[in-house]
Amino acid sequence: MSKQLIEIKNLSANINGKEILKGINLTVNEGEVHAIMGPNGSGKSTLGYVLAGREGYEVTGGEILYRGKDLVEMAPEERAREGLFLAFQYPVEIPGVNNTYFLRAAYNEQRKHRGEEEMDAVDFLAVVREKMKLLELPDAMMKRSVNEGFSGGEKKRNEIFQMAVLDPKLSILDETDSGLDIDALKIVATGVNRLKSPTNASIVITHYQRLLNYIVPDYVHVLFDGRIIKSGGKELALQLEEKGYDWITGKETVAAR
Amino acid sequence: MSEALDTIEEFVQSDYKYGWVSNIETETFPPGLNEDVVRLISAKKEEPEFLLEWRLKAFRHWQKMAEPKWANVKYPPVDFQSVSYYAAPKKKKQLNSLDEVDPELRETFKKLGISLDEQKRLTGVAVDAVIDSVSVATTFRKELHKHGIIFCSFSEAVKEHPELIRKHLGSVVPITDNYYAALNSAVFSDGSFCYIPKGVRCPMELSTYFRINAENTGQFERTLIVAEEGSYVSYLEGCTAPMRDENQLHAAVVEIVADTDAQVKYSTVQNWYPGDKNGKGGIYNFVTKRGICKGDRAKISWTQVETGSAITWKYPSCILKGDDSVGEFYSVALTNNYQQADTGTKMVHLGKNTRSTIISKGISAGRGQNSYRGQVKIGKGATNARNFSQCDSLLIGDRCGAHTFPYIDVQNTSGQVEHEASTSKVGEDQIFYLNQRGIETQDAVNMIVNGFCKEVFRELPMEFAVEAQKLLGVSLEGSVG
Ligand SMILES: Nc1ncnc2c1ncn2[C@@H]1O[C@H](COP(=O)(O)OP(=O)(O)OP(=O)(O)O)[C@@H](O)[C@H]1O
Ligand SMILES: [Mg+2]
Repeated sequence: MSKQLIEIKNLSANINGKEILKGINLTVNEGEVHAIMGPNGSGKSTLGYVLAGREGYEVTGGEILYRGKDLVEMAPEERAREGLFLAFQYPVEIPGVNNTYFLRAAYNEQRKHRGEEEMDAVDFLAVVREKMKLLELPDAMMKRSVNEGFSGGEKKRNEIFQMAVLDPKLSILDETDSGLDIDALKIVATGVNRLKSPTNASIVITHYQRLLNYIVPDYVHVLFDGRIIKSGGKELALQLEEKGYDWITGKETVAAR
Repeated sequence: MSEALDTIEEFVQSDYKYGWVSNIETETFPPGLNEDVVRLISAKKEEPEFLLEWRLKAFRHWQKMAEPKWANVKYPPVDFQSVSYYAAPKKKKQLNSLDEVDPELRETFKKLGISLDEQKRLTGVAVDAVIDSVSVATTFRKELHKHGIIFCSFSEAVKEHPELIRKHLGSVVPITDNYYAALNSAVFSDGSFCYIPKGVRCPMELSTYFRINAENTGQFERTLIVAEEGSYVSYLEGCTAPMRDENQLHAAVVEIVADTDAQVKYSTVQNWYPGDKNGKGGIYNFVTKRGICKGDRAKISWTQVETGSAITWKYPSCILKGDDSVGEFYSVALTNNYQQADTGTKMVHLGKNTRSTIISKGISAGRGQNSYRGQVKIGKGATNARNFSQCDSLLIGDRCGAHTFPYIDVQNTSGQVEHEASTSKVGEDQIFYLNQRGIETQDAVNMIVNGFCKEVFRELPMEFAVEAQKLLGVSLEGSVG
């Protein structure tokens, strides 16, 4: 039995006093890939933000254990340093801040957190080069400012690239596939698969079964109105593609695993 | 959302690290200003007659002038009679070498990270150290002398090169120019002088480091840089002051003369004490800086990073007289807590094909008020003159303000003037993005602010750029929780 990485128990959360998550149960073990699907506005991104600790997303009930610790108590940067990574649905631009510089700062925060020495610019460049090859990124992208003027697809690739460099324990990919052309999708999926290991895990949020052809999930969950209403294997994604959400949304809640 | 803003606001609480006072024996005049004080200053400095006359003329003119009120800053009226107009560290005897500098003074500059010891200075920057408006030491003089470069205190220049002073003093900023410049002309105590002869490229950065130490004194330095035909110099200026509850007045004048094909690059990192987080104390910084591109193809470039002072009133300007001459202004101005800055530039195009560039980055945090005020003037004879201006404002929190006052005056139809402006906020989403990558909020804000200033920082000499980045970090410390 592999080790439990995160356990979400009966989690509810508010944004500006409005309840968005209404009792989520989800356990992810090391080595697993979980897909979360669900209609627009069902709370998928909210779940990602709550896990990452975004301000304004208030946990009102339940608990989250991450690597044995109470996640809710941790500051967002601490969560990140502990290996929790969120690939944003809409990555923001940070004008004037060099992509490589930014990423090295992030990388060194993790190293410091682990009690390791900071890596200098030269050594870091070697790390970057290797990961860039993995994702077939052009050199020029690393010289540019963080996401500034990047196309939608480039932003998404940059997210996965950061993930590759930071090598997280738990990655949450929020619609990383949307906005990617078919080639980019393959590259990103190949990258994600290569980064997969028996000791890490990912939660992949998507609307399209297409992505799951490349990143094959162990479990698929359907999030609807702040609850996981159905869970199953990869075939569930195919059923959803075929029938839409209507056939389950009317039904009663099925606890996830 | 307001919760997020509060956290950002909290970040704007900084500690000023240069706020200590040195125990240096000082000779200070009693407060007050009249002709006798002007005469006394001149006598103290054993000045030639022409300079005393010049000072008196300035003083008489100043008396007839009124303090300017057009700047977008608010402060109680300055009582010019309550200020002492002369303070100088007591010198035991004439110094023969740098080794004889008072150890307490040496220590003061060491604490500021400025070494007066040439051997320890690996970076090749010559320093003129000015404390309470009096130059106490200038390094690398012999080395510079070999190239015919004069770099010394203003007082020394008056004694040893009176002809150069007489020729250039007031030639760019006349005594009648403005209220503070007139005051400075009457009572200035010291400053730096720099002369680069024809065809010489100055082999090292020249820098003046200003430190206010004495209490209740006004600071009036004067800097004059003369770059002869085809010469080049890069000049740096830094400044700090102790924390005091009273406001202190600083009214400096800088004049630059660039002859044909000469290039002068003037960089400032201004870090006078800004006052505490409630707006108590701090320096009133009323400065006149102007350069003239006298000859064809001359170039003057101002780069400033303004993080200090309670009030900043400063417009480093260029008069582009020579054909094909170039003026540049790169500025970062940060106002935090109750700081107010009204700063910008004037580009006066007189010669043909003259070009100017203005890049201004204003950052407001806390209750800081930041105004850009700039004038681009294209004279009748300035055929094909061109200007590009870009003024960006960045707001941290929602109690601060950013304002822009661009004035454009084109008298020659072939002139081209371009003005771009933007205002943005440090976004909660940007901070969260960086948090999510393991970077804590304070570092995140620093990173965002530094990114915003990049175009200006890259104009600074390397080590100054690093210092400027750190300084911004310190000035923003505590601005988000
Ligand atoms: N700041 C906010 N204030 C109020 N409501 C919000 C806020 N942010 C999100 N919501 C609401 O929360 C609900 C869940 O949004 P969320 O972004 O988590 O959905 P999603 O499942 O990711 O949708 P999509 O598939 O469109 O990305 C939506 O109804 C949305 O309008
Ligand atoms: Mg979403």
